[in-house]
Amino acid sequence: MLDLINVSYDTQIPNNVGLSSDRKVLKALEKWHPGYINWWNDLIPQNFQESMVYLRTAVSVDPKGWAKFDYVKMPDYRWGVLLAPQVEDRRIPMGAHKGEPAWQEVPGEYRNMLKRLIVIQGDTEPGSVEQQRFLGLTAPSLYDMRNLFQVNVEEGRHLWAMVYLLFKYFGKDGREEADDLLRRSSGSDEAPRMLGAFNEETPDWLSFFMFTYFTDRDGKMQLESLAQSGFDPLSRTCRFMLTEEAHHMFVGETGVGRTIQATLEAMNANGITDPYDVGKIRDLGVIDLPTIQKKLNLHYSLSLDLFGQEMSTNAANAFNSGIKGRYMEQRIDDDHMLTNDTYVVRSFKDGQIVAEEVPALTAINMRLRDDYIRDASGGVGRWNKQIAKSGIQFELALPHEAFHRQIGVFAPIETTPEGDIMSKEEWTKRRDEFLPSKADGDFITSLMKPCYEPGKFASWIAPPKVGIDNKPGDFEYVKLHMA
Amino acid sequence: MSKRIEFQIDPQSYRHWKVSYDGPVARLTMDVDEDGGLFEGYQLKMNSYDLGVDIELADIVQRMRFEHPEVKVVVMQSGKDRIFCAGANIRMLGGAAHSHKVNFCKFTNETRNTFEAAEADSGQKYIAAVKGSCAGGGYELALACNHIMLTDDSSSSVSLPEAPLLAVLPGTGGLTRVTDKRKVRRDLADVFCSTEEGVRGKRAKDWGLVDEVFPNSKFDDAVEERAQAFAASSAKADVAKGITLGPLDRTFHDDGSVSYSLVEVEADRAGRKVTISLKGPEEAAPADMDAFAAQGDQAYLLRLARELDDAILHLRLNEPELGLMVFKTQGDPEAFLAHETVVTGAPQHWLANEVTQYWKRVLKRVDVTSRSMVCLVEHGSCFAGVLAELLWAADRSYMMEDEFEGDNRPMATVTLSDSNFGPLVMGNGLTRLQTRFLGNADALVRAEESKGEPLEAEDADELGLVTMILDDIDWEDEIRIFMEERASFSPDAMTGMEANLRFAGPETMETRIFGRLTAWQNWIFIRPNAVGPEGALQRYGTGQRGEYNMERV
Repeated sequence: MLDLINVSYDTQIPNNVGLSSDRKVLKALEKWHPGYINWWNDLIPQNFQESMVYLRTAVSVDPKGWAKFDYVKMPDYRWGVLLAPQVEDRRIPMGAHKGEPAWQEVPGEYRNMLKRLIVIQGDTEPGSVEQQRFLGLTAPSLYDMRNLFQVNVEEGRHLWAMVYLLFKYFGKDGREEADDLLRRSSGSDEAPRMLGAFNEETPDWLSFFMFTYFTDRDGKMQLESLAQSGFDPLSRTCRFMLTEEAHHMFVGETGVGRTIQATLEAMNANGITDPYDVGKIRDLGVIDLPTIQKKLNLHYSLSLDLFGQEMSTNAANAFNSGIKGRYMEQRIDDDHMLTNDTYVVRSFKDGQIVAEEVPALTAINMRLRDDYIRDASGGVGRWNKQIAKSGIQFELALPHEAFHRQIGVFAPIETTPEGDIMSKEEWTKRRDEFLPSKADGDFITSLMKPCYEPGKFASWIAPPKVGIDNKPGDFEYVKLHMA
Repeated sequence: MSKRIEFQIDPQSYRHWKVSYDGPVARLTMDVDEDGGLFEGYQLKMNSYDLGVDIELADIVQRMRFEHPEVKVVVMQSGKDRIFCAGANIRMLGGAAHSHKVNFCKFTNETRNTFEAAEADSGQKYIAAVKGSCAGGGYELALACNHIMLTDDSSSSVSLPEAPLLAVLPGTGGLTRVTDKRKVRRDLADVFCSTEEGVRGKRAKDWGLVDEVFPNSKFDDAVEERAQAFAASSAKADVAKGITLGPLDRTFHDDGSVSYSLVEVEADRAGRKVTISLKGPEEAAPADMDAFAAQGDQAYLLRLARELDDAILHLRLNEPELGLMVFKTQGDPEAFLAHETVVTGAPQHWLANEVTQYWKRVLKRVDVTSRSMVCLVEHGSCFAGVLAELLWAADRSYMMEDEFEGDNRPMATVTLSDSNFGPLVMGNGLTRLQTRFLGNADALVRAEESKGEPLEAEDADELGLVTMILDDIDWEDEIRIFMEERASFSPDAMTGMEANLRFAGPETMETRIFGRLTAWQNWIFIRPNAVGPEGALQRYGTGQRGEYNMERV
């Protein structure tokens, strides 16, 4: 455990921001850090806190060797404050200030907007750790448990990254916001997390994989667009966070893929070809493909909600102010100002889903969501190849963007996953065809038995093709502390 | 804006509010229908409001007094998740004509003042139970409540983001109530009003922006508990049953005229004037307040107030070019006073109180109407008691002197009653006569001594109750010339001049809202920084910031 009184911030916190000589940030961190450690300690069950976990720690921003692997107790994890290297003469890439030198200090007129974006981003990071806090108890393998903890500590580090920005650039307000990031808590009645998807439960490991694949991918898209920010410290922070975020996507994609693999192998081994023969398939201790599709439907639709309203004044303001760009802003061939451009947005008018051209500035959220959908469909394609290879007739699909939405133009209507509009009554009747039912949940929960023996995996998930850090299959990724 | 804006609504047709009654506590839930805007071109997202939403609110507040006198506490809350109210709809404001913006603000201000005063006037206390973001006009709704409770979920906040975000003011009393009612220190108020995201949790209480802050998990219980406690400690007498406010008897004519049962609105579009004639009672006064209550909304004094109220609102919003309002009355002053005495003689009766308070509000509505107003005290007229107040609400009054050839109506008189010396105060806290005779205590005493006497022209003039008395020879010409002259002046100059002359005497929160705040707001509403093509209101929602002329004026 860190010695809280004598933290040597320069040696114990990997950083490339000159932490030890920054009195303002140091003072703020000293006050905040104990609260953070308390938060962490209260969160993760104690025996895991004491366990030695084979974790990757970011120690520099050098693309060749930015991280090192070693056993560490999670509370001793070295939460670094690392910003991607400064690009010389970087210019604001978009909006009304396009072409002006990137800001190294917060511009007063955009202070509130910037702070808000950073707080919202910061709020999601601990939120997901809270949602996943009990999953260690049902880990299907030490390999997966290690991946869970890796994701958790990195979300923790991302919280640090946002808190650093709040401390460094937003004075007293920033310090208060940082405190509130520890006060809000996922699913709490008292002070819930700011965004809906981060107050949903992550009840089982399939949810965790779906979450890391779909919801963390929203996080990736948000980071990508904040990486374009004209506020250079935010851009640099987000660029480095993206390096870590890639691992989360990997955990999600391979986790779902391995779940599917176990199902396919069990079906083939037992001569089952009908993917809808749910009872028989479940008897094999694996999760049937239709249920996996339902889980996908749920997490995908919740994640689409995270993009907010299709037409958004806040998003338009943020883009035009040069605070938040689009996905891969530099690769887009337009004037990066969008004052006279339009973008096609789907909406719901007179009982129908229609496409309309709207001012591009107001459709920034929609554009990012479209990019997200493209990005998210990649993994689905790979899962389908896996299924095709097994000879079983089944295809997973992303549901229609109007399906099961709580935010945006489609929120008032109900549709099938194919996007056919249906009445509320019909939806209530057929809901369990599209989304996991309680019985589905109970079945999945019944499979969630821990498997703590090195090299062994629970029945419902296949082993990975390659170990983390190229370790062999029976590597002990977590040395469990069993008190 | 060709369609007529309707102020009379059937409670069955509310689209934006839900009201539930549970003994002495009513729950007033704002749940705005996005697609229920009064005009095309905007959606009422995030519990934002337009005039239509406010007309419903005003109707509810009014019915609460008359139809639900058993209610002692009203809890105002949101039916939406994570949002209390986002305030006036910005796209509506951006698209609205200047005159609509001004009238919209005036009406919403009157509604806020009405439910704010409900505690003092009628013993109905309003609690704002704020969960979620409470911004701009949303916070102004809460500010007008008598008690504000805020949940502390680390994201719910109160804010007045108008100045930094939209380059306008929180124009529904926000700035005024923060300093004058909530007594927020002016430097903290400065911080608050220039911080877009506002203030949340304990700090909101420390600064005085809200009365109480509760942890989110305890909030709903705390609101219920507080509502019950306020109801239990209320001094309001128990009333078993209210009266029903039915639809008005009203006909619109093609030329802009409107006929009510007791009020005749005669439009003269060419002359840019409108004559509003009020009829005296034809039936005998009810025996007492119980008989009055049995007549319900058909009781003469109540019916007259409702019709006049509706006529004023209709003219304000739907007939902007009728710049001169001419008030006339016809009827028997003695009979009128007989009706009035039933009400003033039973001040303890709940309905008598409500009728008096309602007349107070209607007359205040007249006071702040931006039209030139004149009263013509003709032969056969009925300017007695409450109706005499119109003489001093108007900018001028002319009275017929002596007999007119071919006119056999009873001689024009003015009769004062107790109503003119106490209950019907203006926004400045004074009666109209106190305001009229500011600094002339003797004149006030002399007027009071004349109570009950039908004063003919010479006496009324002597007492200073009318502007000018004219005989048969001069009357027609003088009146015609006055009206033609008035109609030719710049409407802007008239509005400004009249608003300044009408409210002599002390400042109150109300006069500061209608005078200072509104005047500044209306100035800002015509400045390019707000409403120009590059102004903040026009650009709101496009993602582009307003461009400001940085010169201080």
